[in-house]
Amino acid sequence: MVTGWIEVLSTWAVPFLVGFIPLYGWLRGVKVYETFVEGASEGFRMAIQMIPFLVGILVALSVFESSGAFDAVIHWLSRPLGHLGVPAAVVPLMLVRPLSGGAALGITTGLLHRYGPDSFIGRLASTLQSSTDTTFYVITLYFGSVGIRNIRYALTVALLGDLAGFVAAVYICHRLFGG
Amino acid sequence: MVNVVWLILLLGGIVTSAWSHGVGSVTQAVVNGSEKAVEVAFGFIGIMSLWLGLAKIAEASGLMRALARTMAPLVSRLFPGIPADHPAMGNMLMNMAANLLGMGGAATPFGLKAMQELQALNPVKDRASANMITFLAINTASINLVPATVIALRVAAGSRHPAEIVGPTIFATSVAAVVAIAADRVFRRRGGDDQV
Repeated sequence: MVTGWIEVLSTWAVPFLVGFIPLYGWLRGVKVYETFVEGASEGFRMAIQMIPFLVGILVALSVFESSGAFDAVIHWLSRPLGHLGVPAAVVPLMLVRPLSGGAALGITTGLLHRYGPDSFIGRLASTLQSSTDTTFYVITLYFGSVGIRNIRYALTVALLGDLAGFVAAVYICHRLFGG
Repeated sequence: MVNVVWLILLLGGIVTSAWSHGVGSVTQAVVNGSEKAVEVAFGFIGIMSLWLGLAKIAEASGLMRALARTMAPLVSRLFPGIPADHPAMGNMLMNMAANLLGMGGAATPFGLKAMQELQALNPVKDRASANMITFLAINTASINLVPATVIALRVAAGSRHPAEIVGPTIFATSVAAVVAIAADRVFRRRGGDDQV
């Protein structure tokens, strides 16, 4: 049942908006095509403006990851996190999730296939994957697009949110699915 | 904090490389990282142009303002100093709605547009305003009702109950949002000097 309406909602969301917004504009007397093109012409400039900020974050991530430092951190953290009810297999996902959306999705896919989607690890990985966003990336992108260099306490606040989300995900999965 | 994290990632990576398998791999990593950045930015141009075009229509037709006026009472307390019918409000609401529905591709352009509008209200242009940080805090917690990507992955992996993670996801993501907003309030009060 739930799967049913979620599927309908997620299938219809984009087609509905792509149809409804121009239709509404046209009914209100907007020159829809000209207005669309005027807005869309901003896309290129916005993307170009993001590049320096993306280079900064992606180069640092690439250096750190390829050096093996990331694996070392995962190794150190596995035992203490294990005591808190986090299976070792899920630790890499928790650390990668705020840094890289693509890598996190890859890890989740791997875990679902290796342990099964309906295992405790599969369910916890699914919940972790969908319950927070790629924090570093979003912050870099959003502030970068308007040229803000001093982001003040933004990263601290966002990472506190991520941490709370992780703790909540581990708690609720233990509560609902055992394991 | 971002300065420290950045430096740790770079230096930690270089030292570990030198110590484990030779510092030469850093050169390749640097090249890969910068190429990836341009790839990501260019990959965005198409979808971003599409939604920015639609956003312009929504703005010109008054749809954005109507949405902002109806929904603003729910979120206006989070963003003091932004008038309910300001375009920043409409774009932030569109961004949140797109995130709620799991439409990642649409959320980003509206979010970037919202940042532009917030920047217009920002007194110091290279320094984040308090409302920008609140917006980012909500955004990175990504309150999510339809985790469409993960459900699709679970179906592909042969799950018998692919949607059973919807409940736990809504719970975890709400906790993340509440904590992020609460932390943001504390910092905002301490910052004190600007409330825009």
